[in-house]
Amino acid sequence: MELYDIESLLEKYFEGTTSVAEEKELGEYFQGDDVATHLLRYKPIFDYFSMAKQERYTKQVPLKPRTYGNIYKWISVAAAVVLTFGIYFGKQYQDRKQLEREQAEYAYRQTMMAFDLLAENFDRGREKVAYLKEFEQAKQKIYNNN
Amino acid sequence: MKQTEFLHVVMPFKDKLYRLAKRLLVSREEAEDATQEVLMKLWSRKESMGEYKSIEAFAMTMTKNFCLDRLKSKQAGNLKLVHSNYTDDTNSLQGQLEAEDSVAWMERIIKDLPEQQKMVLQLRDVEQYEFEEICELLDMKPTAVRVTLSRARKTVREELIKKHNYGII
Repeated sequence: MELYDIESLLEKYFEGTTSVAEEKELGEYFQGDDVATHLLRYKPIFDYFSMAKQERYTKQVPLKPRTYGNIYKWISVAAAVVLTFGIYFGKQYQDRKQLEREQAEYAYRQTMMAFDLLAENFDRGREKVAYLKEFEQAKQKIYNNN
Repeated sequence: MKQTEFLHVVMPFKDKLYRLAKRLLVSREEAEDATQEVLMKLWSRKESMGEYKSIEAFAMTMTKNFCLDRLKSKQAGNLKLVHSNYTDDTNSLQGQLEAEDSVAWMERIIKDLPEQQKMVLQLRDVEQYEFEEICELLDMKPTAVRVTLSRARKTVREELIKKHNYGII
C-alpha cells in the first residue's frame, strides 16, 4: 500500500470516517515491519488495539447455581415434608379425640345406668312407704273412735 | 433451551462482554464478576431469548448498563473510590518502571477518557462493530457516535504525542 494512502486513511481515521475494512488495513500496515518513521508514533495505538482483542474471559460460565428451577425443587421438597408430618400428627390428634369421645360416652352410659338403678330402688322404697300410709290411716281410725 | 445449547450461543461473544466490562470497570476481578452476572441473567431469561433480534447486542447492552450502574454506585461509596485510587498508584509506578511499554501508556490514556468515549472506542477499535450496531447498543445517533469516536481517537493521539515529546516512550 502507498504511503500516501496510509496518510490519508490515518487522517480519516482520526475524523472517525473510516470503514471497518479501512481500519483493518491500517491495523495490518502498523503491524507490519516497514512502518514509515514519521508514522511510528501512531504505532502504539494499533498495537494496543490488536493486543486488546486477544483478551479472553477465562472463568467458567456458572449456570447450575442460582437458577430458579432449583428453588422450586427445594420448595416442593419442603412442602412434601410438611405434608407428611401434618398427616402423621393430624392422624394422632384425630385418634386422641376419638378416644376421648368414646371414654366420655362410656362414662355417660355408666352414669345413666347408675341413675336407673337408683330410680328403681327409689320406686321400691315408695311402695313400702305406701304401706306405712295405710297403717297411719288405720291408727287414726282407732284414735278417732276413742 | 438446554445448557449446552446456551453455552454454544453465548460462547462467541462472552469475551466481548468481558472486554467491555473491563474497559469500564478497569479491575479484572470486577469485570469478571460483571460478566458472570450478565451471563447468569441471560441464562435466567433463556426462555425468552428467541424474541431478541440479536442476543449478542442484547447481552452487550446488558453489560453496558450493568457496568454503568456499578460505576454510579462506586461513586456513591467512598470505599471503592479509595480502591481505584490505589490501583491507579500502582499503575503509575508500573508505568515509570516500564517507560518503554507503550501498551501500558495506551491503557492509561484510555482509562482517563470519559465513559462514553471509552465505550465507543472499545466497540469500534477493539470489537470492530459497525456504526449502526454501536448506535443501537449505546442508544446514540450516528453523527454523535462519529463525533465521539473522533474525539476519543484525537485525545489518544494528543496524549501519545505529549508523552512522545517528553521522551517517555
